[in-house]
Amino acid sequence: MPTNLSARLCTFVLSLFLIAFALPAFAGPFEDAVAKFANDDYSDTDEAIGVVASSGNKLAFPIISALQDGRLMADPDSKKVYVTGTDGKSIDAATGEPVASVPDSASAVRLNNRLRRSVDAAFGSLTLQSPDLGARLQAAQSVFKSHEETALEPVEGALAKETNRSVKAALGDARAAILLFKSDATEVQKLEAVATIRARGDQEALALLSDIGTDQPAAVTKAAASAISSIQSSLAVWSTVQNAWYGLSLGSVLLLAAIGLAITFGVMGVINMAHGEMVMIGAYTTFVVQEVIRTRYPALFDYSLLIAVPLAFLVAGAIGVVIERSIIRFLYGRPLETLLATWGLSLVLQQAVRTMFGPTNREVGNPSWMSGAFELGQITITYNRLWILVFTLAVFMILLAMLRYTALGLEMRAVTQNRRMAASMGIATSRVDALTFGLGSGIAGIAGVALSQIDNVSPNLGQSYIIDSFMVVVFGGVGNLWGTLVGAFTLGIANKFLEPVAGAVLGKIAILVLIILFIQKRPRGLFALKGRAVEA
Amino acid sequence: MNVMDTRATSALLYLDGVHVSFDGFHAINNLSLTLAPGEMRAIIGPNGAGKTTMMDIITGKTKPDEGTVLFDGVTDLTRLDETRIAELGIGRKFQKPTVFESQTVQDNLLLALNVDHSVKGTLFWRGSRAESERIDKVLETIRLTDARNRLAGSLSHGQKQWLEIGMLLAQDPKLLLVDEPVAGMTDVETHLTAELLKEINKTHTVMVVEHDMTFVRELGVKVTCLHEGTVLAEGTIDQVSSNERVIEVYLGR
Amino acid sequence: MTPHMLTRSLDRGATIFLLVVAALGVLIPLSNLLLPAGSFFQVPTYLVALWGKYVCYAILALSIDLIWGYCGILSLGHGAFFALGGYAMGMYLMRQIGTRGVYGNPILPDFMVFLNYSKLPWYWHGFDMFWFAALMVLFVPGLLAFCFGWLAFRSRVTGVYLSIITQAMTYALLLAFFRNDFGFGGNNGMTDFKDILGFNVQAEGTRGALFMLSCLGLIISFLICRAVVSSKLGKVLIAIRDAESRSRFLGYRVESYKLFVFTLSACMAGVAGALYVPQVGIINPSEFAPGNSIEAVIWVAVGGRGTLIGAALGAIVVNYAKTFFTSGVLAPYWLFMLGALFILSTLLLPKGIVGTFNAWRESSRERRPAAATASAAAEDGVTEPKMAE
Repeated sequence: MPTNLSARLCTFVLSLFLIAFALPAFAGPFEDAVAKFANDDYSDTDEAIGVVASSGNKLAFPIISALQDGRLMADPDSKKVYVTGTDGKSIDAATGEPVASVPDSASAVRLNNRLRRSVDAAFGSLTLQSPDLGARLQAAQSVFKSHEETALEPVEGALAKETNRSVKAALGDARAAILLFKSDATEVQKLEAVATIRARGDQEALALLSDIGTDQPAAVTKAAASAISSIQSSLAVWSTVQNAWYGLSLGSVLLLAAIGLAITFGVMGVINMAHGEMVMIGAYTTFVVQEVIRTRYPALFDYSLLIAVPLAFLVAGAIGVVIERSIIRFLYGRPLETLLATWGLSLVLQQAVRTMFGPTNREVGNPSWMSGAFELGQITITYNRLWILVFTLAVFMILLAMLRYTALGLEMRAVTQNRRMAASMGIATSRVDALTFGLGSGIAGIAGVALSQIDNVSPNLGQSYIIDSFMVVVFGGVGNLWGTLVGAFTLGIANKFLEPVAGAVLGKIAILVLIILFIQKRPRGLFALKGRAVEA
Repeated sequence: MNVMDTRATSALLYLDGVHVSFDGFHAINNLSLTLAPGEMRAIIGPNGAGKTTMMDIITGKTKPDEGTVLFDGVTDLTRLDETRIAELGIGRKFQKPTVFESQTVQDNLLLALNVDHSVKGTLFWRGSRAESERIDKVLETIRLTDARNRLAGSLSHGQKQWLEIGMLLAQDPKLLLVDEPVAGMTDVETHLTAELLKEINKTHTVMVVEHDMTFVRELGVKVTCLHEGTVLAEGTIDQVSSNERVIEVYLGR
Repeated sequence: MTPHMLTRSLDRGATIFLLVVAALGVLIPLSNLLLPAGSFFQVPTYLVALWGKYVCYAILALSIDLIWGYCGILSLGHGAFFALGGYAMGMYLMRQIGTRGVYGNPILPDFMVFLNYSKLPWYWHGFDMFWFAALMVLFVPGLLAFCFGWLAFRSRVTGVYLSIITQAMTYALLLAFFRNDFGFGGNNGMTDFKDILGFNVQAEGTRGALFMLSCLGLIISFLICRAVVSSKLGKVLIAIRDAESRSRFLGYRVESYKLFVFTLSACMAGVAGALYVPQVGIINPSEFAPGNSIEAVIWVAVGGRGTLIGAALGAIVVNYAKTFFTSGVLAPYWLFMLGALFILSTLLLPKGIVGTFNAWRESSRERRPAAATASAAAEDGVTEPKMAE
């Protein structure tokens, strides 16, 4: 490949030429250090990081953060280094002058694990005093993780000035981490450090303490060992809490999906295999609402779900009424046929949605109040999961109250308990049937709004919930809303506690097998109705 | 041996201190009753008196919360399921006639015959002369010979009642439990049914639950009146119907 | 089967059905093999394989009809028994590949080499022998059905509850077979088969023979079903379907009957799956999908449940329609049609094609003598058999 070779030779000569002329012009320790990034040599890069970080130059922060993100570009030919901003614009790292474009020959400066630690430490010390609270906190965390001795002074400096409590705690942890690993720290300092880290008590503290090595004083090793076991046991408690939370969260999703079914199957005895599709329709209603808001009234985005909930209820409920009037009412007393017909209906609804919205996932966004998370002790709680739990319980309570206190609720219970008697008392049973089915479907629609926040909105959305929903209703006991509640949370929590032991798929299989066995034992579910009426 | 024990062992059916409740509702409350071999007993009582629940207990459909239910003096019925109890020789006719509607009258009787009821037995079954003779005889008794090849579902209500009694005859149990056999029957049919039951009683022990007082009077047997799951009065129809408590709760005075 | 059972099983419809299946089973492969390619009467090889698939589906439909049509047990998990039979056959076919696989391992199938198995899992032993695999085709689905049925029927799980847990059963198996460490090829399942009993599975002669065997399988399954339903046991099954608790009070051990017929049906479904796999050349976990099982139920519903012949015809008709529509421009509408089939057949044709035809023939036969003796009219109309709850 002669052309290739000559081209390379040519560049080589050219770059020698350039270096010869360029270097003298920018001589200075900072500029020298920056140029070292272009050598593509790990120890040169390390040296450069140290110099840049301690230079006090205003470019130090952008350079180090660019290095951390892989946005620091170095051209080995010209020995020039560029910082590509997150906005795509680039500057010369040595001078800060904007450049039109980074040459093609430039590539991102490479890092290895050791360097990454140096970068983290350098970055930490650079941002410890940033005016942004989040940046300071992050910096303190990164120092904690890297525990570079060089960071001790900046940490202590920052600690003296810091006023925010959580940043102060993080800085204290960082200082303790550094001292613990500092070879010339006193035993007292180290013991204090262990105590501080023990108080922190999370997975990172555990990692740090397990990492201290053997060349520590005996007292420190002992203290660390005891701290490790204490953190481990407290983490075990927290992981139980975490599992319980995940279980509650899954349970709320199951309950949400099953609650409409508890009405149609549990109260009416109609087995609706298209129930999942009602959920899907609710999710697509949310999608449509958000589309309209996005294009017309972007300011209302945070209210999109509030608008979608009643709409989804109406859309799914109306479809439910139509289904009941056109199909299900002809099949009362023939549950197996109802099952088949509604399965067919689910195929039709899925395909209809696939034709209208396409087969792929549609994007449904989280409003701001549903995004993000907060920490509770050692666990992270995301807002969307929390809101779904709250929402589910609210729907459950409203439904319960509706069944108990409204005229429709009374008629519903009357019809389901004794159809003929209710009819002779002047209740329009067919109207009640349609409304009950509409109610169950409408609630499924509402569930779809909530599920659109945590699941992919696709035509298959409903399919993934139908078996689980039936399991919940059957497990909880047909005809009993409280049973459905208990069933959903029991299954959710059991699932999440089995998952770490057996793995997600095996856990699910185990749950299915357990339910199958459970139904053998109690064919009518947890909270079964008893008596002669049941058998009839 | 005390009196209780002899009563228990000499009786065909012996119930003592039976309790059942459904979700707090006491359907059967300290019910005690004995039925001697060869006896026919009529059970009366207002709705909800526990008549059907009592039959459910005897046939194993419902398990009592407490109490003794003995058959033939030795067999504890509370430990057995419906199939085992039927095999022991207790047959039951339901309140609502329950025949196999999509099968012929003849097949209904064939299914009821007390022959080998095992899977193997029925799979390799071939009809025998003795079996068809028995079916012919039952058909004659219940006056359905002409309808033998009709589907049971196409029979009239009264005919279904009789077919069900016929199935009991084919089953040939030691004890027949007959729940409201004349409900929905004409007077003539009611009379014929009473005759039929008396005929059956010559060879079988029978317990009849019935609302129809004329019918009960026509049977002319000992009557037990149930109320709120317990025995209110026992004796001849005249004794029972003149009992003040019975009049109070049942005859609605 | 004793001679009296055989004669009892064969009414006119059954005899005609068997003759037609036997004739097709012989004529289709012969026309494929003996007539020159492209001739009008020559059945192309791809059609032989396709029709072979339909015949396997017909056996599956028979097995569903036996329990649903005659005993009221609606299984939404029969696809699982079908797939298990298919997997047993697939395991035999995998072992036959030997060193001809991509990795050339004489013992381990390719996917095991790929997944770093060091030795054959214990449950794969014996599948290199055809007789053993054939035994497993019956035994594995039968055992699962027996255990499942023993638990379910003993505790009197009936009606839709049973349907739902059978669906959960096949769903659990679906999840399990998707796993690589389950040892059945995970997501990809088993494919690239070479030989069956030493014959190349792709060869026309083998395909013809497989088709013939499938027809034989259909004939035998049909005869078994007929023998069962025309015996006294068949009457007991119908009695259980129509009035389960009444049958108990007559002294029938309902759970034993259900267990017998459910297990028999599962074995039959397993045979169908085993015949299916060499003809389609692949078995993978999607066969366990709940949708497959419920689709098989609709074949029976369309053809007419409780008629056997209807079930077999329904399977062939619906699958022919599926092939026809999904390959053309109408493909996007197939799911609409299938969905509508579910709805319309339950609403408008609850007895299915054959059931409706039988009822029509019966009523026209009754009408003729009835016209002569008008007084003989039934007092009530013939009550329809109601489904057991």
